Amino acid sequence: MKKATTIEAKVKEIVKKHGRDKSSLIAVLQDIQEEYNYLPKEALLAVGEQMEVPSSRVYEVATFYNTFSLNPRGRYLVEVCAGTACHVQGSFNLMDRLKRDLEIECGETTKDNMFTLEEVRCLGCCSLAPVVRIGGNIHPYLTQDEIPRILRNYRKQG
Amino acid sequence: MVNFIIDGKKISAAEGTMILEAARANSISIPTLCAHETVSRSGACRLCVVEVKKGKRAKIVTSCLYPVEEGIIVETKNERVMNVRRLVLQLLMARCPESEVICELAKEIGIETQPRFIPDKDKGKCILCRSCVRVCEEIVGVSAIGFSCRGADKTIGPPFNEDSAVCIGCGACAYVCPTGHIQMEATEDTRKIWGRTFKMKKCDVCGRYFAPEDQLKYISKKTGVPLKELAICTNCR
Repeated sequence: MKKATTIEAKVKEIVKKHGRDKSSLIAVLQDIQEEYNYLPKEALLAVGEQMEVPSSRVYEVATFYNTFSLNPRGRYLVEVCAGTACHVQGSFNLMDRLKRDLEIECGETTKDNMFTLEEVRCLGCCSLAPVVRIGGNIHPYLTQDEIPRILRNYRKQG
Repeated sequence: MVNFIIDGKKISAAEGTMILEAARANSISIPTLCAHETVSRSGACRLCVVEVKKGKRAKIVTSCLYPVEEGIIVETKNERVMNVRRLVLQLLMARCPESEVICELAKEIGIETQPRFIPDKDKGKCILCRSCVRVCEEIVGVSAIGFSCRGADKTIGPPFNEDSAVCIGCGACAYVCPTGHIQMEATEDTRKIWGRTFKMKKCDVCGRYFAPEDQLKYISKKTGVPLKELAICTNCR
């Protein structure tokens, strides 16, 4: 139960920062996700309670936007761009390689909780295609051969 | 009062009236699924489309959400309207092939049983009109259900797909559901909805089971009427 109370305290802090008006719901959820890398169920229930928004509505918002995840994510989020430019430049090969090296499917998290692999539509830097974003860092003109080294570096950083 | 024409008939209605209501008041029928009298209009089912001619321009609008205007000419059954309505119905049929209500409407409008689009198998009878969500929020006031996900994965249900803690078992969502997607199973002393079983309350006077205990508790809390007074069914009051 200790974990739940700390989540509640954290949510309280975040709600206080953004105000209790329901229009700040998305900002609150974003901050919670920043904190935990995903949206824990306890946090969503606490948000509903503290902002006086029905939890059915909180759940609607949390499941509607792709940025929000209700499942725990790893330390680093690996986003493979599948936009037109990246696709043409062979981003699907990068995806295959990442799946093989990380031994997970798209949307899953590695056993050591380091990486979560996801496909995204467009990262907005098509001139750098193909692009993979890992933990917020853009890796431009990526080739398959570079992937093991990059993953090793992130693992080393911990 | 606003004067206008629907299907060649001169009609006047109070300002702010929607075309749908004005038409119905003058016995002109427009098919709808989601326009339920108890909930606010959303234009979700798109079946109530009509053509509105204003000056030289004619456009297709949802009649349930379009307030009447001076001098407009409304057509509810011309070829353009029927084309749109047929398409909407074909899409609805593809989404909910099992829905009797939609099949009935399709038959009335003259759509062949062979749908043009590949039918879905996993959507049940839900057309995502959100009437149930609105009645739960606007009328009941508990907001126990809502949508989850988006696009093709969008479904209706209690949050986290678990038994809702706030649902009072009133069954209003099942009542407004136009297609019968939301099912309420009732035995004499229980009622099952959204995966939760509610115990029914017996009337203190006639002994008939008449409402879920949770609903009475909620009403008592909201209105301040003591629970004891609510333990008598409406027939005996």
